Amino acid sequence: METIKLVYPVEGGDMIEAGEASSKMKLTLKKLGLPQDVIRRASICMYEGEINMVIHADGGEAEVEVDMDRIVLRMTDTGPGIPDVEQAMQEGYSTAGPTARELGFGAGMGLPNMKRYSDEMTIETEVGKGTVVTVVIKIPQ
Amino acid sequence: MSMRHSVVLDDRRCRGCTSCIKCCPTEAIRVRGRKATILPDRCIDCGNCIRVCPHKAIKSVGDALERLKEFSYCVALPEPALYTQFQHLDDVDIVLNGLLKIGFHKVWEVARAAELISAFEHECVLRRGRPAVTPQISSSCPTVMRLIRMRFPKLIDHVACTILPMELAAILARREAEAETGLAPEQIGVFAIVPCSSKVTAARVSQGLREPVLDGAFAVRDVYLRLLTPMRELERVEPHSTAGALGLSWAACGGESAARASEGCVAVDGIENVIRMLEEIEDGRLPEADFLELSACTQGCVGGCFNVENPYAAKMRLRGLMKGLPETRSSFTLQGPAQEIVRRDKQLQYLPAFLLDEDREAAMAKQLRIQALESHLPGLHCGSCGAPSCHAFAEDVVLGRASEDDCIFKVRARMRDMAGEGGADEYLPAPFRRQQPLHHD
Repeated sequence: METIKLVYPVEGGDMIEAGEASSKMKLTLKKLGLPQDVIRRASICMYEGEINMVIHADGGEAEVEVDMDRIVLRMTDTGPGIPDVEQAMQEGYSTAGPTARELGFGAGMGLPNMKRYSDEMTIETEVGKGTVVTVVIKIPQ
Repeated sequence: MSMRHSVVLDDRRCRGCTSCIKCCPTEAIRVRGRKATILPDRCIDCGNCIRVCPHKAIKSVGDALERLKEFSYCVALPEPALYTQFQHLDDVDIVLNGLLKIGFHKVWEVARAAELISAFEHECVLRRGRPAVTPQISSSCPTVMRLIRMRFPKLIDHVACTILPMELAAILARREAEAETGLAPEQIGVFAIVPCSSKVTAARVSQGLREPVLDGAFAVRDVYLRLLTPMRELERVEPHSTAGALGLSWAACGGESAARASEGCVAVDGIENVIRMLEEIEDGRLPEADFLELSACTQGCVGGCFNVENPYAAKMRLRGLMKGLPETRSSFTLQGPAQEIVRRDKQLQYLPAFLLDEDREAAMAKQLRIQALESHLPGLHCGSCGAPSCHAFAEDVVLGRASEDDCIFKVRARMRDMAGEGGADEYLPAPFRRQQPLHHD
């Protein structure tokens, strides 16, 4: 079967609106009748990805691919890139600015959460060019 | 069991204007043949369409008060929101005495039942500590419960185990009436007086109880009109009210959570806000919350679509009525095994109204067709097809509820084919024309 593709633009600088892509994706996944746990994990990853793109990269694009056995989320931005991926993956490490922190973000749990709730995760990044974070969530048969 | 919604359309008044289709939080309304129609599986009785209809064609009807004649003894269960509808009312007993003049033989306040539910919840928290599943979600708004069952199935386990206050009131009132009168159960009519359409539906089909416990529900506004004169002409006011400030407070959003007296309570009113909150809870974004009071209506039950007074004024009056009242006035409490009647006796079931197909592969195939069709639609969400958005229209076509030709843009393409390039514009209304120069003189 052909893969279902969903694309959601994520606006930069708007932390209040972050979560919109996650909500929209969630409704579609529910209409497909996917297992609740899969939907929950996908939406947590999507939300964290959205927040990351809003805080660090002035927005970007979230792409979702769904087929019978997995969901792939791909978050693409043209932000500053991640100089040290290993460090960024550590829980509690964050480079978020004071505005984001005031709103309760920047706890350094974004990427670690995406790792925790997904089955596979890859980060392609280049300083000054941007970042692509891809996570895979398998759908149990 | 088929849904017996209380929200109905008056075909003579409906002009097919499409105002309602866009305000429906579950996309449950379509316009067909110049008349709005409700998809019954999707409707959650929130009353948004009733509030927005410019032709007053969408209504919710409570039972007719004439139904009191079917019974030899009738009990009124007034919801506390009823008390907030009267100007300069300083004593709830005036309302209760009024009810006894218009055909009821006994009153049993829903606010009292609310206090019993609060006491039960409070004791559960004391005895067992923080519940295993948090946050708990209040089960007091039938619209919110239906929304959760339809769109947030993962949160069904979070919904509190208690029945509606009016249901508890009905059970207890019927028991009392049977004991006091010695009449057979079928001779006793138990009727709630409710502020919203969803409670009329709930009186007909309970979400939490296998057997119905109410004989019907009257709309606040219908009872209000009947009450005005008798309330004015009361010669003396007998004391009947035993509800305290705690029970009354349930009429406004925030009252139920205040009664719980715990810190992690969140009170949310308005259906759109409720949906946003449920999205967050579903993703685990509010770990510190332990109780959510969610009301579909603005300001809670005082904002119900059956009320006469606006929600803000009603809330002001509620504060006035609560002033000086002790938290609770009734010495009646439920102890030990008797407390079990506050619990649901059936599980809340998932309602698959949004599911494209039972079979996942078929659902995915339909999703692909929906997206393919949607990509050729204009994305204006003009409503001319009768659906609330281009996406909903694409879904309707794929699910067999609409034809592709219902889209005015598809029609335009056909007209252009017939009339030649540009010719179709003349036949289209301004928003749909390809070019529309605006002249400023």
